[in-house]
Formats: sequence, C-alpha cells, structure tokens
Amino acid sequence: MARPMSLKPFYAVLGGIAVVGAGWLAYSGRRSSGAAQLEPVPAEAVAAADAFPGHVLGSDSAPIEVVEYADFQCPACAQFAILTMHDVKERLIQTGRVRWRFRDFPLEIHDKSQLAHHSAACAGEQTQFWAMHDQLYYNQSRWYGERPAAAGRMFRDFARTIGLDVGAYDSCMESSRYRARIAASAQQGISQGVASTPTFIIDGRRVAGSMAYDPLHHMIDSLIALKQR
Amino acid sequence: MTHRMVTATLALIGLIVALYLSLWRVGLIGTLACGAEGGCDTVQTSSYAAFLGIPVAFYGVAGYVALLGVSLVGLQPRWIVRREPTIALAMLAGLGVAFSAYLTYLEAAVIHAWCGYCILSAGIITGILVAAIVGFRDGQRRTEANKADSKS
Repeated sequence: MARPMSLKPFYAVLGGIAVVGAGWLAYSGRRSSGAAQLEPVPAEAVAAADAFPGHVLGSDSAPIEVVEYADFQCPACAQFAILTMHDVKERLIQTGRVRWRFRDFPLEIHDKSQLAHHSAACAGEQTQFWAMHDQLYYNQSRWYGERPAAAGRMFRDFARTIGLDVGAYDSCMESSRYRARIAASAQQGISQGVASTPTFIIDGRRVAGSMAYDPLHHMIDSLIALKQR
Repeated sequence: MTHRMVTATLALIGLIVALYLSLWRVGLIGTLACGAEGGCDTVQTSSYAAFLGIPVAFYGVAGYVALLGVSLVGLQPRWIVRREPTIALAMLAGLGVAFSAYLTYLEAAVIHAWCGYCILSAGIITGILVAAIVGFRDGQRRTEANKADSKS
C-alpha cells in the first residue's frame, strides 16, 4: 500500500499565502491611516445645519426639481459631472425646465470625500461652489489616489485657479465650519433612502446610479408632460 | 486529495481578496488600489454592491471561509476517501459561480465598469468549481475501479 502523502508542505504553502495576504491587508490599512480622520460631528450641530437646502442651479419656477446626492471622490459621480452635466445645464437648466439641487453625500469609504466637500463648501462661501465642483470632478483622477494632505494642497490650487481669495479659503478650511452642514445633507439623503452615489431624486422619484443625458431628459420630458395634463 | 489542496489554496486567495473589499467597505482601507480609472470604486459604490442589504464582499468572505473549511476538513484522514466534502465543494462553488456570473453581467451591462478584484474572484471561484468537478470524477472512477477489482 502506498504511503499517504504528507500534508506538511501543503500547509506550509497555505501558511505562506496567509502571511502574505495578512501583510497585504495590514499594509493597505496602514497606507490609508493617513486619511483625514475627522472627529464625529455632534448630533445637535447636524440638526442645526439641517436647514441648508443644497447648492441650486436654475429657476425657482422650473417645473421639475432634480436633487443630486453625490460624492466628490466617487468615479461614477465624476463620470456624470463630466459626460452628462454639461448637456443638463445647457438643455434642461438654462431652458427653465429643471432646477438642479446638489446635495453632499460623502461616503465613509472614501478617504478624501469630507475634505473635498468641505473645499467645495468653502468655495461656495465665495459664490464659486459650481466652479470648485467642476475642478474637483474634472481633476478627480489626479487627486483620487493622493494622500489627503497632498489632495488638500491640490484643492487649494483649484481654489486659486477659480479666483478665490485663498486666505479666506484657508481660514474656512481650517475652521471646518461646514462639516455639520455636510453631515446634515448626508443624513437627509439617508432618510430619503439614498445608499449609493450618485443618486437622483427626480420630482420625488429616486434613481440610483450615473445616468446618460438621453434617459434623463426622456424621464424629465415625460414628467413635464404628466404635469401639464 | 490533490483537488482539495487546490480548492483550499484558491479559497484562501479568494478569502484574502474578499476580506480586502470588506475592510474597504467598513472604512478600514481608505482607497481601493485599482488604478486611476477607478473601475472597482465605481462598482463598489454602486447600488449593486449590496445584495439583500448586505455588501457583496461579505458574501464572498462567508463563501470562501466555507470553501476553505470544507477543503481542509476533506483533507483529514477521516474524510479523505469520502465523497461528501467534494460534493459540498462542488455545490458551494456552483452557487458562487452563479452569483459571480450575475455580478459580472451587472458590471458589463448595467454598471459599465469593471472591478479587477471581482473578476479575480470570479476566476478563483470558477477554478474551485473545476477542481471540485475533477475531484468528483476522480472519486467516481476510483469507486468503479474498486468495484471492478473486488469482482475480479
């Protein structure tokens, strides 16, 4: 009878793979420990900031409102901002058919989202939210993999590019004064069933995922037609 | 025996990949290492990254732990000649392949983005299924050969 094969070499290989895997996971965790670790925002501060309605483009009298819950570090959101938003602005917002409301929804899994959203809020303080919105999305691939400190420096460069008063921007960033407002916006999204980004609330209907212009405008056309009946 | 070593090794690699995505999901890993295009980020932050309210990566961890456990049990002297572990491996891997096929379809046709880790996991689970089927056939052949020997 043949001698049973020894399992020792096999267990050694398995152990080796486990050690390498554990090392990789530990390294990945440590690499991201430089992430902007922010203190949790107190619940009272979030509740107090709840009144902020989001960043709005378009007419108050537009028949349809689209609320976009998005994360500046989310590639699908960047894809929407780069590929679709231009047409949305020109053909839906500027024609008075749609009012667009951008709401912050920074995902916890993204290490620089909070920083990016705060940067946009600080630009908004100088009425340049949408310019910073475009800078953050169009350059996302440049800062996506950077450490938070380096990404913060890039955001500062964007602030300079769009003509912000950089001193005022810096003091806004240092104060972290919009953190509660950003958290309140995300809370509101969660209460509306938002679980991923981008998610659009189109006249009360929730649509998850990036959209091309055609399906979006077909949906809006049919909603306008429904309202005009 | 060899096929259970193969399934155990593949299940361990799959477990590490699923753990990586799970740790990212719970916020312990800041940015997914998936290149500047961010395909895996697009997939993992989409509404399809959860199934029945549970992140897909968590199913991966549970599945690979089960496959690793069954493979290692199947290598113990008490179980080495028995077919139950191979059947359990084939059934678990079959489920895994079906789920991976569904996720791959979503990547290709709905999300329009590719997650390298998901594709790697799909390859691993397919490899486990192939190894389990090969092991099952070997077992059948051995049983038939034993029967023929005992008759002669």
